[in-house]
Amino acid sequence: MIIPRLAFKNIYGAGLRTWLNVIALSFSFVAIIFLQGLYNGMNNQVEKATIDALYGGGQYWHNNYDPYDPLTLDNAHGEIPAALQKLIKEKKAVPILIWQATIYPHGRFQNALLKGITPEQTILSIPTSVLKTDEETIPALIGSRMAKSTGLKKGDYVTIRWRDVNGTFDADEAKIVETMKTNVPDIDNGQLWIPIKKMRQMTAIPDEATIIVLEKGSQFNEKFDNWKRKNLNFLMKDLRALFLTKSIGGSIFYILLLFLAMLAIFDTQVLSIFRRRKEMGTLMALGMTRSKLIQLFTLEGAMHAILAAVVAAIYGTPLLIYIASTGYGIPEVADSYGFALGNRIFPVFTAGLIIGTTLLVLIVTTIVSYLPTRKIAKLKPTDALRGKLT
Amino acid sequence: MNNSYLIKTEHIKKIYPMGLTTLIALDDINLTFKKGEFAGLVGPSGSGKTTLLNIIGALDSPSEGSAEVLGKKVETLSHRSAAHLRNWYIGFIFQTFNLLPVYTVFENVEFPLLLQNIPSPKRKKLVMEALEWVGLADRANSKPAHLSGGESQRVAIARAIVKKPELVLADEPTANLDAENSHHIMRTMVQLNEELKITFIFATHDEKVMRYLKRKISLNDGKVEKDEIFELEVKK
Ligand SMILES: Nc1ncnc2c1ncn2[C@@H]1O[C@H](COP(=O)(O)OP(=O)(O)OP(=O)(O)O)[C@@H](O)[C@H]1O
Ligand SMILES: [Mg+2]
Repeated sequence: MIIPRLAFKNIYGAGLRTWLNVIALSFSFVAIIFLQGLYNGMNNQVEKATIDALYGGGQYWHNNYDPYDPLTLDNAHGEIPAALQKLIKEKKAVPILIWQATIYPHGRFQNALLKGITPEQTILSIPTSVLKTDEETIPALIGSRMAKSTGLKKGDYVTIRWRDVNGTFDADEAKIVETMKTNVPDIDNGQLWIPIKKMRQMTAIPDEATIIVLEKGSQFNEKFDNWKRKNLNFLMKDLRALFLTKSIGGSIFYILLLFLAMLAIFDTQVLSIFRRRKEMGTLMALGMTRSKLIQLFTLEGAMHAILAAVVAAIYGTPLLIYIASTGYGIPEVADSYGFALGNRIFPVFTAGLIIGTTLLVLIVTTIVSYLPTRKIAKLKPTDALRGKLT
Repeated sequence: MNNSYLIKTEHIKKIYPMGLTTLIALDDINLTFKKGEFAGLVGPSGSGKTTLLNIIGALDSPSEGSAEVLGKKVETLSHRSAAHLRNWYIGFIFQTFNLLPVYTVFENVEFPLLLQNIPSPKRKKLVMEALEWVGLADRANSKPAHLSGGESQRVAIARAIVKKPELVLADEPTANLDAENSHHIMRTMVQLNEELKITFIFATHDEKVMRYLKRKISLNDGKVEKDEIFELEVKK
């Protein structure tokens, strides 16, 4: 018990020096937890937005559908199995027919995907109700990114050219009935949403679809010959991989912070060993063993980290709770990240994150305190007493 | 432990490497000290006083020869055993006092007893006794920074004797003190020697200290030049 007592006395006796150290270290605590929370929050937000707007509760894909190869779309459609039709009728699923087309915005030529969807659907958070219309013209809904890249605005007309299922070319004009702002690029870039009924007429594919989106939380899991059930884990795989790469920048920051915290502790420990070598010589002369000396100095370092955790909790808790409730604004970077981010990120701080970070910093601090302290073990008492460090 | 002597050195040599050559700090030292001695190692700077004192205190070991201290051969002791020997049986007093600045006077004196795991009530009693001895019981709660040089050295003496050691080693204890304080602490140590039978060995070239010595061992160039014992009571 003597070692903890002495360690406590030493860091208490060191006064201001202790507090400066502790406060610096507590910044690392708060910053690391904040960054991790931000990362968690981004992750959650992106996943939620993408589920809401795109994946629903999982999907059925026509066997030929390959989202990475638009050329397969010609064959990636089929009759909807009766069980799924029943779900659609009960509004527990929505069919989407995907077709390739060319559009001519302001005379320029551009490839686009047509996505036919039931305007009345409520399964995806896409404002498809704007597609309800009695007009003869094809109504089209586009996202703001698409609007920007094509220069199309609400009310504009655009020529669409496509081949129907028999390979016959056809063209018509579509009216942009709305541009929607969305955080999910996958319902936006290069796409026009139009009523599925119109699409079926245009393509001469009656009653068929490319994918069926199930409602959120759907447990429906029947097997069909031409359709494959894709669960959320599968659908989110790409997104998660993308998110991982995109946030490597963030984790470098995280490592850097941890490194700085380590450096601060290492520095103080090395400094205190230089400054206190005569004290160590005295302790040795008084009969303290080497292992006790090492324990003492290592524990002092670890206690800095514990104090820092306490201090960080005192000012960090209200601060992080505040940020978690108001969100953290990131207006511009959101889109350059290339995935769904709102203008505000609401960091998510889990108990695991906080306990994990605290443990991590504690362990790292202890190791980093121990390393320079080991040097004491090599110090001869006479050299230490003379204030020499060899 | 052999009762006839407390310390016995046999052909001690201490050699330091000095670049290509070597420096012989101690050369064939043969000395014995009995319990209750009040002896001093004297001699010019560089004569090897500190080196010899450190070997006797198990802080260092000889390059050659043997030093038997309180029944233990210093040159064969492990770090742990040497630390144990110092903790229980040997008190040190340094020229620069070497008090621990963040501790109070009481805590400084208490420190060796903490290492010995002595229970608190007994610790308290021993510390206060030691502080009474050096006349600083009323400063128990002061920090070393607020003490004069003389007071600091008295705290160091209290710390050295609090565990009732067999042996106290004092390296230039008066070098940073004025005449009055020097005499004060020497008188205290003489008293401790006579009443508690603690053996004292000094390293010094201070004339004021020499007046109190009952035995004076003169070192020069690492060799014992003279070894005088004064039968008379200390001249005051
Ligand atoms: N660690 C060391 N490395 C090299 N040489 C040393 C070391 N310690 C002591 N010496 C040398 O050994 C010799 C004796 O030193 P020592 O400190 O014992 O002398 P001293 O009699 O105590 O002198 P002073 O009166 O100045 O304290 C000196 O020449 C000193 O330079
Ligand atoms: Mg000396």
